[in-house]
Amino acid sequence: QSLCVHLNYPLYIRSVPTQGELKFHYTVHTSLDVVEEKISGVGKALADQRELYLGLLYPTEDYKVYGYVTNSKVKFVIVVDSSNTSLRDNEIRSMFRKLHNSFTDVMCNPFYNPGDPIQSKAFDSIVSTMMVQAC
Amino acid sequence: MESLTLSDVEQKYYSELFLSCDVDNTKKVASNGKVLDLFRAAQLSNEVVHQITELCGATRLGHFGRSQFYIALKLIALAQSGLPLRVESLNSVRDLPLPRFVMGKNEQEMRHAVMFADTENQGPYFPRPPGRVQAKKVSAHEMIQPCVPTVDPQPDTTSPVVSPHQSPPTSPHAWRKHKRQASGGNVDRQPSVPGVVWPHFREAQPGPVTGDGMWSAHSPPPVQESWVSFTDTPPSSTLPMHPPSAQPESTTVRTVPSAMTTNEIQRQISGYDDPWKITDEQRQYYINQFKTIQADLTGLIPGSAAKEFFTKSKLPILELSHIWELSDFDKDGALTLDEFCAAFHLVVARKNGYDLPEKLPESLMPKLIDLDDSAGVPEPAPEVGFSASPVEVTPNKSPSMPSLNQNWSELNQSNEQWETFSERSSSSQTLTQFDSNIAPADPDTAIVHPVPIRMTPSKIHMQEMELKRTGSDHTHPTSPLMAKPPELSDEAKLAATIKFPGTTVGDGYSSSDSFTSDQEPISSAVNRQRSHSGTSPEGLKVVAPPPPPPRPHASHSRSSSLDMNRNFAAVPAGPQQPGVVAFPPAVPPRPLPTQTSVPHGHRSVEGDGLPAHTSTSPHQMPEQPNFADFSQFQAFAVDQPADDGENASDSGQAERCAETTGTMKTAKNDVQSEERNATTVNSAKVSTPLAPPPKPVRRRLKSEDELRPDVEDLPQKSNVIATVLATQPSIPRSIGKDKKAIQASIRRNKETNTVLARLNSELQQQLKDLLEERISLEVQLEQLRPFSHL
Repeated sequence: QSLCVHLNYPLYIRSVPTQGELKFHYTVHTSLDVVEEKISGVGKALADQRELYLGLLYPTEDYKVYGYVTNSKVKFVIVVDSSNTSLRDNEIRSMFRKLHNSFTDVMCNPFYNPGDPIQSKAFDSIVSTMMVQAC
Repeated sequence: MESLTLSDVEQKYYSELFLSCDVDNTKKVASNGKVLDLFRAAQLSNEVVHQITELCGATRLGHFGRSQFYIALKLIALAQSGLPLRVESLNSVRDLPLPRFVMGKNEQEMRHAVMFADTENQGPYFPRPPGRVQAKKVSAHEMIQPCVPTVDPQPDTTSPVVSPHQSPPTSPHAWRKHKRQASGGNVDRQPSVPGVVWPHFREAQPGPVTGDGMWSAHSPPPVQESWVSFTDTPPSSTLPMHPPSAQPESTTVRTVPSAMTTNEIQRQISGYDDPWKITDEQRQYYINQFKTIQADLTGLIPGSAAKEFFTKSKLPILELSHIWELSDFDKDGALTLDEFCAAFHLVVARKNGYDLPEKLPESLMPKLIDLDDSAGVPEPAPEVGFSASPVEVTPNKSPSMPSLNQNWSELNQSNEQWETFSERSSSSQTLTQFDSNIAPADPDTAIVHPVPIRMTPSKIHMQEMELKRTGSDHTHPTSPLMAKPPELSDEAKLAATIKFPGTTVGDGYSSSDSFTSDQEPISSAVNRQRSHSGTSPEGLKVVAPPPPPPRPHASHSRSSSLDMNRNFAAVPAGPQQPGVVAFPPAVPPRPLPTQTSVPHGHRSVEGDGLPAHTSTSPHQMPEQPNFADFSQFQAFAVDQPADDGENASDSGQAERCAETTGTMKTAKNDVQSEERNATTVNSAKVSTPLAPPPKPVRRRLKSEDELRPDVEDLPQKSNVIATVLATQPSIPRSIGKDKKAIQASIRRNKETNTVLARLNSELQQQLKDLLEERISLEVQLEQLRPFSHL
């Protein structure tokens, strides 16, 4: 299970069980395409917070990828193994909401330049907590 | 100079002292002033001091060289131990204790003295020693700088010299530098001295000093380490004194930003029991700094300003970022006074070598009431130990905060709570963010909202709406209709559309469903009207406003007399017509229908209007082919009871109409209403329904007003449809001849409603038949199915 905050380039990636970050990187990048597609498709629903899609269920590594886009085109991608009883939609939504909140907190920091990799410990802790809960 | 042999301990001690006295960084000479101060701090009489000075040769030299200094120190030790001051004794006395110097003020000095007395061979304690000086360096500094204005030269535990952000590294560094510099003179020993000294300090760490943990954390800078360790090693006997005494005092030492030297004002960070507590002096300093940025103490410092301010402290951005995260409690991107003080305090701490805590210490929590946690947040783990009770209360905050504060402090350490709080606070932000996101996404609601306000449930309204609808249906192309759209703003349009449903409901739909269903056609009609203004109706149905608002009207309309319902049953047919009339004729046939309708007078809903209707319909034919249908319907409606075939044909038409309207239901209702009307039409007079309509008719659209007179005239018209058609276009606009036109249109609408009602009923019958057929077919299918399964 991993999580990634993206602005078309990764701002933050964290994975929990396996540290196969490279794989997650790949997955996230491929999912970005789908996200982009969804964004561009719905012109007015840019404020669609709930951009949730279950896709990329590879036969070998079955996992689900959830996407979420903020108004500033920052994308959150969560990859979960399908092995664990898939999290309910609400849970995923709440996760995204938490992520968004934490992300805004990071943004509020005047010392943080948008576009920098996120190095906030608070953010890390929140993410870790969330991922532990989800697992 | 007399030879001087010093033990290692002495060596270290002396070198340290020398360094502290070496204000000018000469590495060789200790300034007289400081030396004298130091000597005086030894609590020796001036005579003795003078004697010592002479003996060590400083008098001769005029300054205290290193050797002189050492000699002097030894002599002081001698004197303190009560031994006569003799040069010879310098080397002879073996177990001479280290000279003790008392620094600081009053009680601290006393304590120092006591501690000094207690501590022996523990290395140069004097400034630091007795646990008191846990901020060893600081106290050392203090000793050397008796002028230090700080209240408590005794930094309980944290002595890190806090240098305002402007100053470069912390005083420890400065101290270290000093030592290094001082070591220039005595290269051999110097390097070792500090090293030796530090371990010494390290040994003496007792437990109670909580700050030790913090100190120990600073492994990187050895000096600091030693500082830390030193604090830990205070003599056990003396130590206990210090912590208790230290507790209440949270002295903070801060170095003036100007110089790195020990001359800088040093304040200690609050005492160990609450290392993060901000002393009054510190707080005052912070407040002053706050004022430089933001004059209003109750105001906020924007993030950018704070960023600049703290960047001056030359801390790495990452640390500043972390400090910000800790201190910005409400996550608003701005710092209140409390937040600012906390941030400043953290910066100071960091500059003095303290590692930043993971969570905001309690004492730094912005609180409404400045709670001094003197009782302590004693945690051996200095940095992380502090429970972050995420409660931020600024002086401006509501009184509820303190209570919240209490709760939070009770809750303490939970990350979850922290998260919860941040979530709360941030969620509020995000909520607002989300809300803002959501709000614009629903423009329809925005548009719709005003509508209900406008809509006043009244029979008249509904009737008028219906009439309008029918009229509009019939006379889409009519100028009145076209005029209508321009008049109607968005809201008006909606209102109109809503009214239409209202009127339709009043006309005859006893069910809200029909009402709502009317709304759609009505809205579509309105849309069509709007488009009519353009030319041809295009996608009129698309603009249909949401149904809900008109509902009340339905009830109102329902509440209206049944007669009205019945009478206006014809009107509902009107909405059907809009559906039917997909192409509103451009030319307003109003004049024609008016002319025709007026003379005809308002006819009975069904039958009488037929001929007139037919007469008028041809006029409208070219523009409104559907009207022709309606005329047929009209005829059909009349013949309905007896003519199934016509029903079929008409139903076909009705179906078409229904299809165009897209509301079978309404068609049915119309038909039903028409049926009802058919039964009662002949007997019922339009006048009766007309009467009620005038009553409810009120303000709102002028069309409504116009409708009123029209309604009144309706009974006089024989050609209902024509009149309705005429009234419809007239309803919306032109006041002059509008009355008649409106009346005509009203009649027309009523007639169309009636027709549509009939059509509806017929269609429903057909539907029933079809359903029956379907059921039979299904039964057959089921019968066959088992076979297939077999």
